[in-house]
Amino acid sequence: MNRIKLDAWVGIFVALGLIALMGLAMKVGNLTSNDIKTTYYVTANFENIGGLKPRAPVKSAGVVVGRVDSIVFDTKIYEAIVTMSIDERYVFPKDTFANIYTAGLLGEQYIGLEAGGDPDNLEANDKITQTQDAVVLEKLISQFLYNQASKEEE
Amino acid sequence: MLSFFEKIGGAIRSKITRLGAATRLFFSIISYSSDSFKRFNLTIREIYFTGVLSLVIIVVSAFFVGMVLGLQGYYTLQKYGSSEAIGVLVALALVRELGPVVTALLFAGRAGTAITAEIGLMKATEQLSAMEMMAVSPVARIVAPRFWAGIITMPLLASIFSMVGVLGGYVVAVPLIGVDEGAFWSQMQANVDFNYDIVNGFIKSVVFGIACTIIALFEGYDAPPTAEGVSRATTRTVVTSSLAVLGLDFVLTSFMLTV
Amino acid sequence: MQKDLIVSIKDLAFGYAERQIHKKINMNFHRGKVVAIMGGSGCGKTTILRLIGGQIKPTSGHVEVDGQIVHEQGRKGIYELRRKMGMLFQHGALFSDLSVFENVAFPIREHTNLSEEIIKDLVLMKLNAVGLRGANQLMPTELSGGMARRVALARAVALDPDIIMYDEPFAGLDPISMGVICDLIRTLNDALGATSIIVTHDVTETFAFADYIYFIADGIVAAEGSPSDLKKSQLPFVKQFVHSQKDGPVPFHYQANDYLQDLRL
Repeated sequence: MNRIKLDAWVGIFVALGLIALMGLAMKVGNLTSNDIKTTYYVTANFENIGGLKPRAPVKSAGVVVGRVDSIVFDTKIYEAIVTMSIDERYVFPKDTFANIYTAGLLGEQYIGLEAGGDPDNLEANDKITQTQDAVVLEKLISQFLYNQASKEEE
Repeated sequence: MLSFFEKIGGAIRSKITRLGAATRLFFSIISYSSDSFKRFNLTIREIYFTGVLSLVIIVVSAFFVGMVLGLQGYYTLQKYGSSEAIGVLVALALVRELGPVVTALLFAGRAGTAITAEIGLMKATEQLSAMEMMAVSPVARIVAPRFWAGIITMPLLASIFSMVGVLGGYVVAVPLIGVDEGAFWSQMQANVDFNYDIVNGFIKSVVFGIACTIIALFEGYDAPPTAEGVSRATTRTVVTSSLAVLGLDFVLTSFMLTV
Repeated sequence: MQKDLIVSIKDLAFGYAERQIHKKINMNFHRGKVVAIMGGSGCGKTTILRLIGGQIKPTSGHVEVDGQIVHEQGRKGIYELRRKMGMLFQHGALFSDLSVFENVAFPIREHTNLSEEIIKDLVLMKLNAVGLRGANQLMPTELSGGMARRVALARAVALDPDIIMYDEPFAGLDPISMGVICDLIRTLNDALGATSIIVTHDVTETFAFADYIYFIADGIVAAEGSPSDLKKSQLPFVKQFVHSQKDGPVPFHYQANDYLQDLRL
């Protein structure tokens, strides 16, 4: 095998590999659809985050606007502090409502932001005060059973 | 009874000795690598033998693996009414696990055995000795280029495997089963994270590349210089590489999931 | 006398953990001579070549090449010494992935920065010397055993070494090839002004062209001298070897228990 032919084959191979890697990044992964380059952080306190995990999406009106950056437990107030990184392109009023929702019945959990009416906008490192906890299935079920039982007693 | 324990002890000792010898080979490759980078055409030649010649088996297997994942995924997911998630399933399975692991296993079988047999044969026919007597280090001239070729080749092959596998899954899901094309890709993109899933898969394949190549090289370099010795070394390459890949995969995955 | 001494071996001992191969070996090799090392199979003849080449280290004693003690050299020093040596391996040890031309060009390419033109001329000259200039584009697998060894010889002398070592150059060759190799060893040695060290057990060929012969047995030099001296030697071992007698100091039977006892008679 002469040198030029060999080099050409290796060139083709390396190019194919790089194209595949690009393809994975662009088409399969979220490098394009989600190129949140510049973000700002906001925090929110929850009494119960359910199954929320870091990197879970933050959505508003169903559109992904950011991701959960970190979740820590605050021992002073015994609440979870969730830090979200939000795409700079999206701004929200100060009285935005943060809910933890579940995608489908058994799907992953995400944070939904519902814009309020405040004329001032949230700024970097602000705190969202109005939050709603995750719905915990066990609680719902036990509540339901308790109600049933008390109804029967009547 | 005593001889039983003696045997076990002996076996463990010989394994540890071989591990030590392999580590020594690894460091001598590193120390000779500047020589082999100066003559990169040797490495390019080896990329041809390990990479280009493995391309067909990688592409064909990836396509079938992707199609099977698509089919199996569909039959499970449709029970829960979420057959659009098939893209996510195929992509995550490939990018995180199957891409790097199956590529490494195929690499061990295709390129690893070739490396072991070639070096073992060169040793058996005194070619390595002859090289040494010509004041040319076989580690610099023969071993190091193959090592670097393996490290460069493996992540590229794994990327190709994952991409072709996703395409295989696409072929089954979209034209054959009729999953919505937009949902297939958008669900995939929403759930496959570049930094997390793709980069981690890439890191895995680099580690597997190092492991498989060093095992193949060591087995060849260490093979008894006879026809029987070389054939046994070739078998050992496949067995050891496969076990190493699966074991390392577990270790790496557990690291990646906790961090 | 000392000046033309190129390789000397002093009180050399070598062995592996379980087996002592050389006990005490003393040899001297002079410039321009063809010296043969003879002995039965497994007596450590090839090991001596490896010791000269610095591929293994002696347990005691030393090998001196061109005034330098081989095993005390670092990697660089040994590589420096090896550039003065050429070695012909038992089966040629040609690089199977390179053509005949590239095999001979290999040491030249590795150790010099000559232009492609000059390399081509040099390689063709070397191949011409062994009569295989026409075969330069063949691959090693296409060569016969004798041809492969001639190519390997061309490769061994590619850098005009001072010392040429031959490991069993006649093993497995037909009489014609054998004659060719004999002739080449002598002519190349004289043309290059080199020293040839030949490890072999082929008595007739060796006695015909060697200048000096060492016999090794039981880890020591059992006999030495010119071929004509050795032919007249009355040492039982040399007599057995030179006249290829079945039994003698080297017994036909491997060490064993009493025959009758083994057969339970």
